[in-house]
Amino acid sequence: MNYKVDENGFYGKFGGAYVPEMLYPNVEELRRNYLEIIYEAGFQEELQALLKDYVGRPTPLYFAKRLSEKYNTNIYLKREDLNHTGAHKINNTVGQILLARRLGKTRIIAETGAGQHGVATATVCALMNMECIVYMGEVDIERQAPNVARMKMLGATVVPATSGSRTLKDATNEAIRDWINNPEDTYYIIGSVVGPHPYPDMVARFQAIISEEIKAQLKEKTGNENPDYVVACVGGGSNAAGAFYHYLDTPEVKLVAVEAAGLGVHSGESAATSVLGREGIIHGSRTLLIQTEDGQVTEPYSISAGLDYPGVGPLHAHLHQTGRAIFESITDEEALQAVLELTRLEGIIPALETAHALAAISRIGAKANEVVVINLSGRGDKDLTTYLERFDLNGK
Amino acid sequence: MENRIKTLFERKPDNLLSVYFTAGYPTLEATVPIILELEKNGVDLIEIGMPFSDPLADGPTIQQSSEIAIRNGMTIPKLFEQLQEIRKHTQLPLVLMGYLNPVMQYGVERFCQQAQEVGIDGIILPDLPLADYVREYKTIFEKYGLCKIFLVTPQTPEQRIREIDSHTNGFIYMVSSASVTGSTNGNAVINTDYFQRVKSMELRNPGIIGFGIHNNDTFTEACKHASGAIIGSAFIEALSKEGNLEENISTFIRGIREKV
Repeated sequence: MNYKVDENGFYGKFGGAYVPEMLYPNVEELRRNYLEIIYEAGFQEELQALLKDYVGRPTPLYFAKRLSEKYNTNIYLKREDLNHTGAHKINNTVGQILLARRLGKTRIIAETGAGQHGVATATVCALMNMECIVYMGEVDIERQAPNVARMKMLGATVVPATSGSRTLKDATNEAIRDWINNPEDTYYIIGSVVGPHPYPDMVARFQAIISEEIKAQLKEKTGNENPDYVVACVGGGSNAAGAFYHYLDTPEVKLVAVEAAGLGVHSGESAATSVLGREGIIHGSRTLLIQTEDGQVTEPYSISAGLDYPGVGPLHAHLHQTGRAIFESITDEEALQAVLELTRLEGIIPALETAHALAAISRIGAKANEVVVINLSGRGDKDLTTYLERFDLNGK
Repeated sequence: MENRIKTLFERKPDNLLSVYFTAGYPTLEATVPIILELEKNGVDLIEIGMPFSDPLADGPTIQQSSEIAIRNGMTIPKLFEQLQEIRKHTQLPLVLMGYLNPVMQYGVERFCQQAQEVGIDGIILPDLPLADYVREYKTIFEKYGLCKIFLVTPQTPEQRIREIDSHTNGFIYMVSSASVTGSTNGNAVINTDYFQRVKSMELRNPGIIGFGIHNNDTFTEACKHASGAIIGSAFIEALSKEGNLEENISTFIRGIREKV
């Protein structure tokens, strides 16, 4: 089975580039050039230097002793939360902004859900002295206020998306409309493995450094580069794509993708695309999509602003369909418990998104001699308001 | 069976006025009355919008009308039901315009077959790319006698315009400027170089200019460079006004056709 994108931009039957003609020249320009540009020696040199000295890579692979004892297995945390700006998102924005510069673009746009991608984009725009406009759902602006403040501090313009569910999906619509309106000078930095080809493949390649490092670090720590499980949360799926990437063709490594069940998979308030989705088209990609019988996109729900996307990246749709990855879904409540658990056992406050992956540990049934790598995709600073509201911390 | 779009253009007409509206807006049952009113007011071609929750190529006006239409209960089956008898009342060319996902969920062949049955002449699906159309769907559209209409923009290279021209029939939808629908910024329509460039290519298909056409000036200007022009967002805004539907429509169309 092949898990890499084919020459037409498809993973099995998922993917493609279903874009209006207005976007065709931009997407086509990117498709023709992205591989050549990103594997050119000068580009790689600049990228690797930034990843090392600016982002802070490699991130540690940390053996979580107390967490491992609790679940009677061996749990390693890939510390993407220790990246500059606090999540894996910057791996991708550093890469794409270098690409945008080589394409001669001067204006950067992005969508954001939890605000991590928005912050990572605003950060590299400040670094490269480029104009930055971030689209963010009105609802998310409210629930992720610290990240909105950071983006503004970094000089970005944050534009509220006021249509539809006013969350990530609508922010993405607005960013795409901006790109249609500004086809010449603007580059769209998509934050996840979604959107038209070549974005899903390109973002996965920029995030693949996560599994590249896991392999080397695990080999050093255990003598074996292959764990039994790699676990990651999936909204669009960029941190999962990065954590899975170099293990896709190693079937003995089980890949676990964890979606947000919201108030419960069948509660009507959920973002568990693998269970609720049917093949459809969103944001230029053929993928699994939560939708009505008539093909209208359903407004998803999760407590986590980074996971409430009604689709998944086409790679993940393919991994689901072929059975290469195991899909789990975790409710708001389970995720919140996992936040507190990691905080108290290991002294690490994770992001709400990441907590969904952590909550799946008890689901996978890893044995005492097995090795589990969990991608700790982001830190929880941005979610403190939610945590303070939901946890009774008096006297604890 | 004869296709009304082809028949219309065989007469080599000019100053064609094509009007777009969202089916199910402002009310669920407004579809047929709007079509009949448009015909009465001398419109040449009608584009019936099939509302979608995430219309990427559309500006706020069409987005909002789509949201309301969906809330009103508009679906593809409902639309076909409303159009069942339409050919007893009008012989104007009718085009369905929407996004691929709802059509895919309905089933592309079933959709084309139903469209032919109620007397639709053409289909516009802006997010169905040319290559995918040619590979997967072209034979189906042709089997049911439907013109598949494609968009070109100021950024579309000549070679691609020729490719689109070779796979399409009916007309070519010339997007006036780089924008989503409903944009009325100053240079939206006056992209003379681009219009001339397309004109000088002597394509098989006639062109109609759309996006940003909203009054007599912009309509007249567009008609200098193509067979006619398409009005969408501005018409939907007119439908949203106080007063009755018939009056709003006739006032609006008169304002487009005649210099104030």
